[in-house]
Amino acid sequence: MSTTTAKNAKNARYGMVIDLDRCNGCGACMVACAVENNVPPAQAKATARTGITWMRVENVANGASFPEHRTAFIPIMCQQCGEETPCVSVCPQQAVEVDPKTGIVDQMPQRCLGCRYCMAACPYHARYFNWWDPEWPAGMEKALNPEVAPRMRGVVEKCNFCHGRYHAAKAKAAAAGRRDIDPADYQPACVEACPTRAIVFGDLDDRSSQAAQLAKSPDAFRLLPKLGTEPKIYYLTRRPWVREIASASSPAEVRRG
Amino acid sequence: MASQSTFDRHLIIRGLERCSTPRFLLWLLPWVLLLAFGLYGAGLCLVRGLNQTNMDNRFAFGLWIFLDLTVIALGAGAFFTGFLLYILKKKELKAVINSAVVIGLVCYSGAVAVLAVDVGQPLRAWFTFWHPNTHSMLAEVTFCITCYLTVLVIEYLPVILRNRKLRQIPSFLLFEHELHKLMYVFAGVGTFLSFFHQGSLGGLYGVLHGRPFAYRAGFALWPSTFFLFILSAAAVGPSFIALSTWVVSKISRKRLARPEVYDLLGKVSGRLLILYVLAKTVDTVIWINATSPDRGFPAAMFYSWKPFGTWLLFAEIALFGLLPALILLDGKRRRRMPWLISAAALASAGIALNRFVMTIQTLALPTLPFDRFLTYFPSWQETATFLAVVAFGVLVYSFSFRYAVLFPQEKELNVAQPSQPEPELVAVGD
Repeated sequence: MSTTTAKNAKNARYGMVIDLDRCNGCGACMVACAVENNVPPAQAKATARTGITWMRVENVANGASFPEHRTAFIPIMCQQCGEETPCVSVCPQQAVEVDPKTGIVDQMPQRCLGCRYCMAACPYHARYFNWWDPEWPAGMEKALNPEVAPRMRGVVEKCNFCHGRYHAAKAKAAAAGRRDIDPADYQPACVEACPTRAIVFGDLDDRSSQAAQLAKSPDAFRLLPKLGTEPKIYYLTRRPWVREIASASSPAEVRRG
Repeated sequence: MASQSTFDRHLIIRGLERCSTPRFLLWLLPWVLLLAFGLYGAGLCLVRGLNQTNMDNRFAFGLWIFLDLTVIALGAGAFFTGFLLYILKKKELKAVINSAVVIGLVCYSGAVAVLAVDVGQPLRAWFTFWHPNTHSMLAEVTFCITCYLTVLVIEYLPVILRNRKLRQIPSFLLFEHELHKLMYVFAGVGTFLSFFHQGSLGGLYGVLHGRPFAYRAGFALWPSTFFLFILSAAAVGPSFIALSTWVVSKISRKRLARPEVYDLLGKVSGRLLILYVLAKTVDTVIWINATSPDRGFPAAMFYSWKPFGTWLLFAEIALFGLLPALILLDGKRRRRMPWLISAAALASAGIALNRFVMTIQTLALPTLPFDRFLTYFPSWQETATFLAVVAFGVLVYSFSFRYAVLFPQEKELNVAQPSQPEPELVAVGD
């Protein structure tokens, strides 16, 4: 397939739908994400606020006492904002951009200055700074994913929907003479790793995709809806208290509740 | 001029009384030690990485950005005094313009030095010029600060070249003379650049639409904070020049500027400060009632996490804004040095508080519904790095004061009574 044909492939708007009622907080998605994207193990001095977890699982509770006490887990990653993407406009040297072909918010660590302005801009706290040099225990570096470049100290990184996998899917489609990638060939690591199939990934503009259909469910919502950032990560829940907490416009609504 | 070494004595401007060489060296010693300590802290951050700081993924900015914004605002006295003198022809300010230029140079170069430590990849700083994102306020800030620092160096050159020894070199004398004739051009360029980057620094926060505490609606491309930062810097700059002149006058035990100069600085500062207080109040009312709630965040929420209560907003606008403005607008009080200096100090503290709120409170406040309020305390390496800037500033200023003419009126004001302390200001017309 020629480059021209590849360029003519239809644009996609990749997104995810995460069913919070299925998520049991096992953290397999976090581990799979770290392994796939060559995220180094945390340094001994790292804390929850200085470590790198492109995907993190938040734990929320309904505030009631036993036996009515309930908990839920909310996996958070880059929300891949579709409008007024907060991190893109602030970066002084265009190290962040939205790929018009995929809708994915890309971070270019090799161009990043490490000013962390994008981190201050992100309301979802989904961006991580390399406070240390990346280091792997002896031998473990042999298990690194050759498709993904490790990042150096002093730059910002974040979820990019496993961009290495996207490129591999594109190459496979090109080899088969297809213009568009097969959705089955491009699934982020967290989606594959989730034992309860809580995460569904796909093109939100493709009406036939499961992700697009679930995103239109009456149980679907997005985080911080009033900010106008139009994230491409949707959450699903049929539990009113979970929805009340997770879909609130601000911490104030939860506090009132 | 006893006890000055021959070399030292020949560098000191004729007619200016300066302390002995040993005494000067003794004064320098603690600042040199502080500089060395700070450079060690900064070196650790550069060599071992920013893990030496207490910043983290949530507190992406910390002490350095807060204080950078503060010193840049205080350094605004340089551009605004230049604007008043060279563009608006307020000739009285010739008495402090050299000092203002040195303060501006120290503030800006110090801020840029700290920024170089603050970014994760300082060697990539040139990328901003090579791949500029013209939508980014930080790119604007980088361009303007770089250009303005160059202007400040050019403005500083004549101050240095007027040194007694350097004037003996004819080409230096000619260069200084020609440069001086062009100074109004540099003052104009400096004013434009400085106005723009003070605004861009405000814009840094105002455009953060994911952070409703900082986000502000605005005019055309710029959020209201763009204009508020310009106005606040222009208002406080002259106050800081008055304050720093008074401090130097106390330390050196010399009269450095006529009362009319202090009075003019106070008057300009007061008038701009009251405008700023009005603009800030209107902006706050719009933000509380429209901008923030429209994005799903009731403004009252921001003040429900202690210690950042509403007292902070009151302190920023009333205690450190309105109060010094009223003092400086009152001609009678303004002409009394304790009132003038207290008001100038309050105004300077007010701008620091504003920059603190915009930087630290913005990042401490939660955004996600299940987020927590966060705290941050700088590490010793962060504190030391900033103290190095303070020491650097004091050292540059000390050398400039000793070997250059920072206050042209000093000679005549100290002829009759060399060790006379600063008198009360005499009445001058408004």
